[in-house]
Amino acid sequence: MTKVSALQDNLTRLWLRVPEGARKVVLGMLVVTALIALPFGVQLVERGYTLSLLFSLNVALLYVVLALGLNIVVGFAGLLDLGYAAFFALGAYSFGILTWPTHGLEWSFWIVILLVGPIAAFFGLVIGTPTLRLRGDYLAIVTLAFGEIVPNALRNMSDINIPWLGLDHFNLTNGTQGLNPVGKPVINLQAIFPNMEPFVVGQGANQSHWYFLVLVVGLLVLFGSRRLDNSRLGRAWKAIREDETAANCMGVNPVRTKLLAFALGASFSGVAGAIFASMSQAVFPELFRFNVSIFILIIVIISGMGNVWGVLVGGLILTLFDRVLLAQLAPPLLHSLGDQLNSDFLRGLDLQLYRWVMFGTGLLIIMLLRPEGLFPSRVRKAEFHELDEPILEASTANRRPAGTTPAEHDSMSGGDDS
Amino acid sequence: MEAILEARNVSMHFGGLRAVDTVDFVVEQDAIASLIGPNGAGKTTFFNMVTGLHKPTAGKIFFDGQDISGKQPNSVTALGIGRTFQTIRLFNNMSSLENVLVGMNSRLRGTWYEAILHTPRVTHEEREAAAGAMALLEYVGLAEHTHEFAKNLPYGLQRRLEIARALATQPKLLLLDEPTAGMNPHETHDMTMFIRRLRDERGLTILLIEHDMRVVMGISERVTVLDYGRKIAEGTAAEVQKDVRVIEAYLGRRAVEAFTQ
Repeated sequence: MTKVSALQDNLTRLWLRVPEGARKVVLGMLVVTALIALPFGVQLVERGYTLSLLFSLNVALLYVVLALGLNIVVGFAGLLDLGYAAFFALGAYSFGILTWPTHGLEWSFWIVILLVGPIAAFFGLVIGTPTLRLRGDYLAIVTLAFGEIVPNALRNMSDINIPWLGLDHFNLTNGTQGLNPVGKPVINLQAIFPNMEPFVVGQGANQSHWYFLVLVVGLLVLFGSRRLDNSRLGRAWKAIREDETAANCMGVNPVRTKLLAFALGASFSGVAGAIFASMSQAVFPELFRFNVSIFILIIVIISGMGNVWGVLVGGLILTLFDRVLLAQLAPPLLHSLGDQLNSDFLRGLDLQLYRWVMFGTGLLIIMLLRPEGLFPSRVRKAEFHELDEPILEASTANRRPAGTTPAEHDSMSGGDDS
Repeated sequence: MEAILEARNVSMHFGGLRAVDTVDFVVEQDAIASLIGPNGAGKTTFFNMVTGLHKPTAGKIFFDGQDISGKQPNSVTALGIGRTFQTIRLFNNMSSLENVLVGMNSRLRGTWYEAILHTPRVTHEEREAAAGAMALLEYVGLAEHTHEFAKNLPYGLQRRLEIARALATQPKLLLLDEPTAGMNPHETHDMTMFIRRLRDERGLTILLIEHDMRVVMGISERVTVLDYGRKIAEGTAAEVQKDVRVIEAYLGRRAVEAFTQ
């Protein structure tokens, strides 16, 4: 045994001797320290180059929030929603309208951020209600249409004439130009501690402030998702996904259950939309096109539908791949490679143009090779593992008369026969 | 004896097809009653009306003195009617435990915000529910398969899990749709004994649809026979077995002639 591995062994043994509670505390503290240190580390790396890594990380975290919301609708409840970006747009626009100086409202970021959740949830109910009776493909088509209607409607709400409401050429959304600027999250510490030097958090474009805000929201949404997953409602969602009729007969109210999925999923998306709007200081219809819905859906599917941690990791990887690798790292690399090989093709190659080809191909490969997604839930993995062991008593399997094995029985009895 | 379930002149028409045609039907408290009849006689349709999957075209159904015709399945379940399905309809990609916990849905009160906040009340309720579900799994003989996905269970155990899930709804009346379908004689015997135990130990009233005459004759106090949606006979198992119309429905007119000659 080498010295290194002996040391490693001893350390492991020492570590395992620490009581479990203490081990958790130590690990937790390490994680918290890492999360706090992360933005400063990233900014150090950024400094030498013209990169916007931390901004990309923040956007990635927002996409994780979005994907966790969609995961409730698609992963837990099994309702295929192709227009999820609509709620993202509604959240962003609600935020924009309430904080855009031209409207004169200019509400505080902190108040509006609490309001956009319920507002988006309300729109979740509005789209959810008429689609309750639809299943599978039909639901997908209707939500797809909703996803197209919302940005178009918002684009056209720059000239509203409703005489009996007193609206005469009312400009609500400022059309294609959108709302700019919008509110920022300001914490004026001087208001609390008058003796302090003026210090305002979140005022400038300092991305580390945004990072902490997005991190807190992300963690809340993550743990909220986890807890919903293991709750009465989470089980009802999964039961609806598996067999709506049987779930109904077991006491699950499908209407309530599905509407809650739409509403909660939409509220996650609404909050993400508001933060995104504030972070980019502009809201315009082009931000919420169909491919945003698809990108979020791809995150959920590739990560492993229904698995909260999988969606977290998958969301980060896919968004960073798109925003950092394709958009920031690839062009200079390809350019210098093109210079060396004297190839105009490589010099001019913009991989971002091929992102949808890549995501589409990735999705196909995942569907073919690993339909359960990259990070299926631990329960599922355990199940696959247990299958290797002879869990079925051999006698039960053998005693069964021919033609009545579960699989055959299932295929023989398609539906109710009387 | 008091009636727990009563159907009055119930009909179910699908277009021109009269799947169930003006049927009167009573199940008494604490009984094991059977509904039999050839394929397509309307037995499952009758079950579906009782559990709210179909709204009767005509007639009314009373449970515990309350009109339940046309109520939603989940409200019927909340009132105390549990059921299993002819073709097993478990939640395949959920564990045995989760399947049973879904059955408890109408008995639990935890809301989504309590779940997110992990309030003491909901934590307590969840712990109790899990213990109750474990006890039910043990009762039906699935204690070793708690975390197994339903789809990975052998057929006989899937049947038992469906019963455990139905029991989790805390029913007063349990409807079993062909509980021994696809079972060999040995398993059928076990299931028959088990159904009797359910009634005796848990104070349930049981109504079953069954094709296996040995099961029907072995455990049911009262047998009702449907044919082409109509009730053609009713009585004890022995009475029904001798009924000419029943023999005719099952074996044809020629058989009746052969018997009577």
